[in-house]
Amino acid sequence: MIKLVQTLLSSISVGSLYALIALGYTMVYGTLKFINFAHASIFMLGAWFSAIIAAALLANGVTGIPAIVLSILIVMVICTTLGFVIERLAYRPLRDAPRLNVLITAIGVALLIENVAALNDVKIPGTQTTIHGFGTQPGKMPELLANADLFSIPLGSGTVVVDKVDALILGLSICLMIVLEFIIYNTRLGAAMRAASHDARTAALMGIPVDRTISITFIIGTSLAAAAGFLYVMKYPSINPPVAVTWGLLGLKAFVAAVVGGIGNVRGAVVGGLLIGILEQAGAAYLSPHFRDVYVFALLIFVLLVRPTGIFGSTAVEKV
Amino acid sequence: MSAAVRRITVAAAMVAGLAVATMAAHAADDTIKIGHYASKTGPEATFGQSSDKGVKMAIDEANNAGGVLGKKLELITYDTQGKSAEASNAVTRLINNDHVVALLGEVASSLSLAGGEIAQANGIPMITHASTNPKVTQGRDMVFRVCFIDPFQGYAVAKFATDNLKAKKIAILYDQGQAYSVGLRKDFSKAVKQLGGTITTEQSYTGGDQDFSAQLTTIREGQPDAIFIPGYYTDVGNIALQVRKLGITVPLLGTDGWDSAKLKEIAGDALKDCYYSNHYTPEDPRPELQAFIKKFKELHNGETPDAMAVLAYDGANVLLDAMKRANTTEPKALAKAIGETKGFKGVTGTITLDENRNAKKPAVILQMKDGEWRYAASIAPPADEK
Repeated sequence: MIKLVQTLLSSISVGSLYALIALGYTMVYGTLKFINFAHASIFMLGAWFSAIIAAALLANGVTGIPAIVLSILIVMVICTTLGFVIERLAYRPLRDAPRLNVLITAIGVALLIENVAALNDVKIPGTQTTIHGFGTQPGKMPELLANADLFSIPLGSGTVVVDKVDALILGLSICLMIVLEFIIYNTRLGAAMRAASHDARTAALMGIPVDRTISITFIIGTSLAAAAGFLYVMKYPSINPPVAVTWGLLGLKAFVAAVVGGIGNVRGAVVGGLLIGILEQAGAAYLSPHFRDVYVFALLIFVLLVRPTGIFGSTAVEKV
Repeated sequence: MSAAVRRITVAAAMVAGLAVATMAAHAADDTIKIGHYASKTGPEATFGQSSDKGVKMAIDEANNAGGVLGKKLELITYDTQGKSAEASNAVTRLINNDHVVALLGEVASSLSLAGGEIAQANGIPMITHASTNPKVTQGRDMVFRVCFIDPFQGYAVAKFATDNLKAKKIAILYDQGQAYSVGLRKDFSKAVKQLGGTITTEQSYTGGDQDFSAQLTTIREGQPDAIFIPGYYTDVGNIALQVRKLGITVPLLGTDGWDSAKLKEIAGDALKDCYYSNHYTPEDPRPELQAFIKKFKELHNGETPDAMAVLAYDGANVLLDAMKRANTTEPKALAKAIGETKGFKGVTGTITLDENRNAKKPAVILQMKDGEWRYAASIAPPADEK
């Protein structure tokens, strides 16, 4: 019983992280119709920038809730700016190119980000500038929340523990998803996004600035990845080096979540993320942790065989 | 100039260039080249960096004393990034391109297994200073080691847990991707059962994983007296933090893969009253060790050497000692001399290689006390078993 409750709790916390990342994949796919492989790299940057900014804030005496709010905002701004630059320089020139070209460009962007981030105090030849990357060693997120349980609920013979960080992850994820839902379904911008995703050419004829709308969609997806990066290092304070396979694997799993939910569908991404979280955690807890990645990818194969459009996906559904 | 003549001239120039290059390679023969492969970056970066410092110290000392066999030593080091494939590449490059006479490395057993395979195939002797998995030297007469092996290490931790900590129920969490961890899991669980304890559960993870809540929830359910985690320090740090978050207060037990200053940096207070087995402790008062530590600190801004640095220093010196005894760098003779190492006075203790090319040494158990790893016990190898 305790095990079941504890497993469910960790599933929700892990699942919300997957959902946040999956939202970025699904939004970009919805409007641009390509899989943004650089998304996991933005997530990685969000994680690393969080650690650096949090350390800087702590050094200047900012702690507790203000430090959390400030660092998440700064990280989102940095990554959003980067996302804007990437979209402008790498993807916009390819707007009319075959989709495969964009896909390959996305892989190139991912490699570029990873490798620049892995640089360690490299001097640019002929100048005085040095690039200070994140290096090739694991990093550490300073403690913003005191490492104490929020709730310890006695249950039967043991206790169920809910961590402050888990509560933060769940709370912040829900907030961000509500904001996103509101933007998409209740604002003019959202209507433009939906229209551009449905049929970009017709939307343009109706006077919708398609290019700008796509940029904004891209930026929103990126900011969600940054937020996920921040929450991720809050939960797992030791950060893998930028080139570690962990980032790619996490990105892939979030991508699976997007596909399972129905790629292009925002609510599907959230449901898919939670589903993957539950599957991974329950599988590891009750079957064997040996195959924790296998469960996720087996689900992908199953969904692709049985319902290739995903849980919420269908041709008639409004896409973003 | 006609086209044909020009082509001939170009070809001749290329041949001449090649000849010059070959001569240059031969001209460099007045040094003895030693190859070292180490994980200087990646999740096990401190292993490689410490090893590098240890090996360099040994080589520099030998060169300052006039070199070996009348020649200067040249050390060539390549980074493995903690990846088996990179270890294979590094060793291949060291043998085929740099023509080293002997190899030093790695720390992680999976990487030494990969590198050792190539060393064996090319007939170049290799000494690993810290790989403890028995398979590293098994069936490979060119591969040697200067540390104890895991059947003993697993026994040492099990003995300490059951005798000193009175832990009877122990859970295991191991890295399924590392030969080191998989081997230790078997050795430890066998030893615990022999000593009258029980294993509540054996859970696995993959190096680089960040989330261990599922495994730890299962472990918590079995209410163990201690948890044995034979992993590498980056993962162990993450695990320790999550263990404490789940309200598990029992001591964590580990092995020499924990030996890095980074572990304390990552996990901090979560390690209070945890234990791991190691090859040496800086608290050991033996004068040759204290002299080494003093010199190491002078060279590296007061940094205390970890076990990987000390073992690397010993490993390099065992190689140099064998070179002097063999009086040649011919691989077969050199390998024979390394195998005959007997009573070598290393800084980690006296090193004698057995017929399986392994060293037999005691293990020390360290305890986290007041934010420092302190000496807790010393476990001698059992007389009947290796």
